[in-house]
Amino acid sequence: MRSGDMKRWLLSVRGIFLKDVRSELRTRYAVSALVMFVITTIAIILFSLAHEAAPPEVLSGMLWVVIFFGAMSGLSRTFVMEEERGTAMTLQLLAPPSAVYFGKLLFNVVLVVALNAFTVILYLLLVAGFVVRSADVFALTMLLGSLGFASAATIIAAIIARANTKGTLYPVLSFPILLPLLVVVIDATRSATEGAPLAEAGGAFQFLISYIVVLTTLSYLLFEYIWKD
Amino acid sequence: MALRVTLGILLTLVICAGIGFPLSQNPQHWYELPVIPGLEEKARLIFFHVPTAWLSVVAFLTGMVFSIRYLRKRDPLDDLRSSAAAGLGLMFCILATLTGAIWAKFNWGSFWNWDPRETSIFVLLLIYGAYFSLRSAVENQEKRSTLSAAYSIIAAITVPFFIFVLPRITSGLHPGSKGDPDGTGPVLQFTMSPNMRVIFFASLAAFTLLFIWMFQLRVRTGKLEMERELQQAP
Amino acid sequence: MSEPLTVRAEGLRMVFNRRVIFDGVHFTLGATQTLLISGRNGAGKSTLIKIIAGLLTPAAGSLKFSGEQGIFVRQSLVGLVAPYLSLYDEFSAEENLQHIAAMRGLPYDRDRAHDLLRRMALFSRKDDAVHTYSSGMKQRAKYAAALLHAPPVLLLDEPMANLDGDGTATVRAIMDEHRREGLLIVATNETGDVDRCDERVDLNALR
Repeated sequence: MRSGDMKRWLLSVRGIFLKDVRSELRTRYAVSALVMFVITTIAIILFSLAHEAAPPEVLSGMLWVVIFFGAMSGLSRTFVMEEERGTAMTLQLLAPPSAVYFGKLLFNVVLVVALNAFTVILYLLLVAGFVVRSADVFALTMLLGSLGFASAATIIAAIIARANTKGTLYPVLSFPILLPLLVVVIDATRSATEGAPLAEAGGAFQFLISYIVVLTTLSYLLFEYIWKD
Repeated sequence: MALRVTLGILLTLVICAGIGFPLSQNPQHWYELPVIPGLEEKARLIFFHVPTAWLSVVAFLTGMVFSIRYLRKRDPLDDLRSSAAAGLGLMFCILATLTGAIWAKFNWGSFWNWDPRETSIFVLLLIYGAYFSLRSAVENQEKRSTLSAAYSIIAAITVPFFIFVLPRITSGLHPGSKGDPDGTGPVLQFTMSPNMRVIFFASLAAFTLLFIWMFQLRVRTGKLEMERELQQAP
Repeated sequence: MSEPLTVRAEGLRMVFNRRVIFDGVHFTLGATQTLLISGRNGAGKSTLIKIIAGLLTPAAGSLKFSGEQGIFVRQSLVGLVAPYLSLYDEFSAEENLQHIAAMRGLPYDRDRAHDLLRRMALFSRKDDAVHTYSSGMKQRAKYAAALLHAPPVLLLDEPMANLDGDGTATVRAIMDEHRREGLLIVATNETGDVDRCDERVDLNALR
């Protein structure tokens, strides 16, 4: 790619990202629903726990359950909206598939990081038994885990946006892909509640980084086939 | 033709040997199988359960290879091959899960324990389920082929990650998993007695031939269906 | 020195749900020329337009635009107005133009955008969300969006859809202007839409 093309490509990615942001701010379809979803799910968890002390593994797992379903509610919006409102073809005419992919990926990264931050804060405040003892391990786990979620969930969202039963299909397709990520991230969260030092979690972080890299690369390669007819 | 005959003979021999060969404490004859403490008669399952699990993985990889070919050349036959392989894979995966659960019940008291191997066959089942859910959710044929091909490639890529992550799941009851004091199990360590080994590998070969035969049948049937559809179109 | 712009199609064949829509489409079109694509409803006019626009890949055959290479080539060359191409109706007409320019990776030419909006009689409503527009206004907005980046190739699918007398007059003027330097490709049932054409593809004959 020549440098002129590269600059235009970057501007295009930014344009696509910003369009999604402004569209979301204008309509607020996703954000309000997601906020309510997180609040409701955590409330359900609190009711089910009913002052019983649950061990840290369980609480770590449940945190990521909330995050998983939050992601399933929110991360498909960026593609499904284009299909449902008939603008997918418009977008195809404006930018090459690679720009569309990275623009949408960027949007999902921002969305999932914000959503997870909100979830974590609520969780820490409301779920009594959940105490983080290694803040650095926890923060890095949350960040890398969120990026991993975005990278897997975006490409699956592109796939289901072209199918019929989008809503129910999305978790069905995403779960097997996200499973390795979930196992590692739940385990790392648990060790963060037990006060493990940063070095001990190094293996988990390497795993997460390679997961992110591999999935993003594969998604970029496959996206054009999925996006174009 | 040769395939069918070989398959028929081999599979019959394996079934007879696996089920029929008597167990004895001190095997003297070639047709006697050793008694494995703790397993005894139940050991026979190894001739049938392991090959079905093996096939569900083989089918998955086959499906993935044809998926890649489809994305490159857009030949509808490659998509047919991919979904034919996946259909067989799903069937063998269900069989492996069920036979595994039955064995688990008889050996360790409960049908399911989430040990690493059980979990991995379950995840494979989820992937197959997702693949077919996706296929049934897309009406346009070209789109269906493309999307399911893309998904099977994505699923295939996550498999190495999953294998890596397996030891983190609770150590298992399966012969050959982390907590098993006997090590990586009779197959990998070749502690099976020679005649058991022969039957086992013969079974593996027989089941593989079974897969190839069924795969070819499904592809041929699929081709005929495709031709019939084309003729019926106005 | 770039070569003169031409579009050459050879042996285009399209298959949908394993059924052949059309086969053996050929045409060559140069600057200042007009191509008319005609045919019954369902003959595949929109499908052919989509192939030329780069939205669909043909099952066989080739479609080549002469000129430079680069990843934004097709997007820069082509402007499309069609019933199935929607604007972002949560945004206003002007916001649509701003976002569209940004998504193309191009700077927003405010003067040109305003000129276009005035010409399409939308300037007074340029800050209203597109979902409040009538169907005629939405059609006129699509023209503004397609022309903003001054594409050499203008593709029109059912150009007069939803337009009243004033609207159709404006579109005819746009078509005439575009023909001075660019390529015009029109797909329509109403042969009256196009005053003259240099090449014609009749899809009724090519099933």
